[in-house]
Amino acid sequence: MTVLAVSNLSKRYRRGGKPFAAVDDVSFEIGPAETLALAGPSGSGKSTIARLALRLLEPDAGRIQFEGADFLALSGAALRARRARLQMVFQDPLAAFNPRSIVARVLDDPLRIHGIASRSERPRRIAALLERVGLDAGLAARAIHEISGGQRQRVAIARAIATRPSLIVLDEAVSALDVSVRGQILELLLDLQRQERIAYLFISHDLGVIRAVAHRIVILDAGRVAESGDARTVIASPQSAIGKALVAATPRLNRIKTP
Amino acid sequence: MTALLSIRDLTVRYRRGGVEVTALKGISLDVEAGERLAIIGESGSGKSTLALAIARLLARSARVGGTIEWSASLLQKSQSVTPPSGLPAISPARGEIGSLVAGSPSATLETGESRDDGLISPLAGEMPGRVEGGVPERRPSAIGDNNIPLLGRDIGFVFQDPSSSLDPVMPVGKQIAEVARTHLNLAWADAYAKAKTLLERVRLPDPEAALRACPHQLSGGQKQRVAIAAAIAAGPKLLIADEATSALDTIVQAEIVSLIRGLVTEDGMTLAFISHDIALAATLAERIAVLRHGELIELGETDQILNAPRHAYTRTLLDAHLGLDAKPLLDRQGASA
Ligand SMILES: Nc1ncnc2c1ncn2[C@@H]1O[C@H](COP(=O)(O)OP(=O)(O)OP(=O)(O)O)[C@@H](O)[C@H]1O
Ligand SMILES: Nc1ncnc2c1ncn2[C@@H]1O[C@H](COP(=O)(O)OP(=O)(O)OP(=O)(O)O)[C@@H](O)[C@H]1O
Ligand SMILES: [Mg+2]
Ligand SMILES: [Mg+2]
Repeated sequence: MTVLAVSNLSKRYRRGGKPFAAVDDVSFEIGPAETLALAGPSGSGKSTIARLALRLLEPDAGRIQFEGADFLALSGAALRARRARLQMVFQDPLAAFNPRSIVARVLDDPLRIHGIASRSERPRRIAALLERVGLDAGLAARAIHEISGGQRQRVAIARAIATRPSLIVLDEAVSALDVSVRGQILELLLDLQRQERIAYLFISHDLGVIRAVAHRIVILDAGRVAESGDARTVIASPQSAIGKALVAATPRLNRIKTP
Repeated sequence: MTALLSIRDLTVRYRRGGVEVTALKGISLDVEAGERLAIIGESGSGKSTLALAIARLLARSARVGGTIEWSASLLQKSQSVTPPSGLPAISPARGEIGSLVAGSPSATLETGESRDDGLISPLAGEMPGRVEGGVPERRPSAIGDNNIPLLGRDIGFVFQDPSSSLDPVMPVGKQIAEVARTHLNLAWADAYAKAKTLLERVRLPDPEAALRACPHQLSGGQKQRVAIAAAIAAGPKLLIADEATSALDTIVQAEIVSLIRGLVTEDGMTLAFISHDIALAATLAERIAVLRHGELIELGETDQILNAPRHAYTRTLLDAHLGLDAKPLLDRQGASA
C-alpha cells in the first residue's frame, strides 16, 4: 500500500523567455510510516515537487495518487477533506504564520476548519497538541513572534498533526534550527511517525540529516531523478555524478574514534 | 606568532525596547597574523556582534566596553596609500551604521585606551555636548590613527546575504573597481583591469561578461564570489566571512570554502570565519573559538577542539553534528517502516 505515488510528474517554467523543466518526469512512492528524502543542489526542483504534491501548484504532466485517490482530479469538498490528511512544515515558521497571531489561534484554525473538534472541546485539544510536541500548555497564549525558533517549529508540527494526516511534507523544516534544537525536533518527528504511522516527504540539502532520519532517498539534478534507493546505501556509495558531488561536499568532523 | 589584533575584555550591549541585551561579555582573544580562525556558536551567541565590533560596524547605539588593539606595524604596511575618502568600501544595507566613518573618533570602539566607565556611546543624542552634529570631522592623521583599521582597505567583510553589500543594479565590474580605485589610488582603467583579474581569481565563469553583469542576474553562489572579490579588492589584512556560505547548497558551499582557503593562503590574509556549523568551520580553520550566550567558552587548535574539547558545551555541539558516519536516529529509536 502506498500513501503517495507520483508518476511522470513534470512542471515547466520560463527562464529568459525560454521554457525549461523545473521538474522533469519524476516518479516515486511513499508508504505508510515511511520517510522519503528528496535531496539535490539548489534549483534541482525539490520545493517545486513539494508544492505539486500539496497541490499548491498544478503540474504540466503526470499523476498524483494520494491514499489511493486521483489527487489531481479532486475538487471542492472532496479536495478539502483529503487535504486534511496531507500537511506541511516549511523552513521558516515565522513566514508561515501571522506573527501577531497567538499559538492557540494557530492550532485552533485547522481544528475548526476541518471540523475536528467542537468549540468547547478545542482548548483541551490544543493543550493536548502542545503537550504532544513537547511544549508547555501555557505557551498557548503567547504570540508567535514571542517564542523561539525551535518552539515555533514545534507549533508548526503541532498544527500539521492536528488534522491526523497520513503524510507531512517537510521542506527544509530543520535547516534553520540550532543543532541542539534540530536533534530534538528530529526525535519528535520520528516519535510521531512511530506512534501515528505518519509518512514524511523530507526535503533537505543536508545528507547527514537525511541519513539520520530517512528510509529512502531520491536525488534530483536539474529536475530529473539522478538516483534513488535505500538512504544509507545511496549515501555510502552514490552512483550518479550529482550524488557523488553531494557526498563529497558534506563537511566531515575528523574526530579520532573513541570507543 | 604576532597578533594582528588583540581583543581585551570586549563587552557589547544593545538596547531593545528599553531592555538591555548583553551580546558579548568580556571577550579576550588575539587574532594571529596570517591564521585562519573560526568563530562558532549557536544563534544569538554573539558571533556577528564580534565580527561587527572588529570591523567597527556596530550600530552607533550599541554600548561597547573593552579594547580592540591592532598591530600598528602590520597595519601600516597596508596604509602606505591614503584613501581619498574615509567611506567604507562596503556599506551594508543597515541604516544605523551608514554614518559610521571608519577612522573617526566617533567610531564605536576606541583603540589603545581602556576606559574606566567601560562604555562608549558615540550616539550624539545620548551624549549631548560631547559630539557636535553627530559625526565629527576626522582627526588629522596622527600617529594614533595608524592602528585604526579601515573597512575595505584593511578589513574585507563578506556577509551571509551578498545583497547586503552589493548594489543589485550596478555592474559588478564597476562595484569592484570602485573599491580598488578608492583604496589603492588606482586610475579608473587600472581599477577596472584589476576587477577583471579579481573575477578570474574568484573563478567566475566568463569574467569578461561578468564585469558587465548586475548582481541580480547572478546565482547565489556567483553573487557570493563577487562579494568576495570586492572584499579582497584592496588587499586587506583581515578577511571576515560571517556565515558567508550558509545560504548556499552544500556543493556551492564547498566550492566557496575552498576558494576562500586558496585566496587567504595566496595573499597571506588573516581569516575570521564565522559559522554555526562546527564541521564546516573545522574544514577550514586552524583554531576555533566557541561562543555561547556572549561568552568565549573555549578557544583552541582545531584538532584539540574536535578530539579533546575542554568544555562540555563544545562536546554537546560536536555530538549534535549529524555526520555521514553518525549512528542514524532511526536506529537509536529502533523504528522502522
Ligand atoms: N515561479 C517560478 N517561476 C519561474 N521559475 C521558477 C519558479 N519557481 C521555481 N522556479 C525555478 O525552478 C527551478 C527549481 O526550483 P525549486 O525551488 O524547486 O528548487 P529547490 O531544489 O527547492 O532549490 P533550493 O534548494 O534552492 O530550495 C529553479 O531553477 C527555480 O529558479
Ligand atoms: N542591533 C541589535 N539590536 C538589539 N539586539 C541585537 C542587535 N543585534 C544583535 N542583537 C542581539 O544580540 C545577541 C547576539 O546577536 P548576534 O547577531 O551577534 O548573534 P549571532 O551569534 O550572530 O547569531 P546568528 O547565528 O543567529 O546570526 C542576540 O541576543 C541578538 O538578539
Ligand atoms: Mg527549495
Ligand atoms: Mg550572525
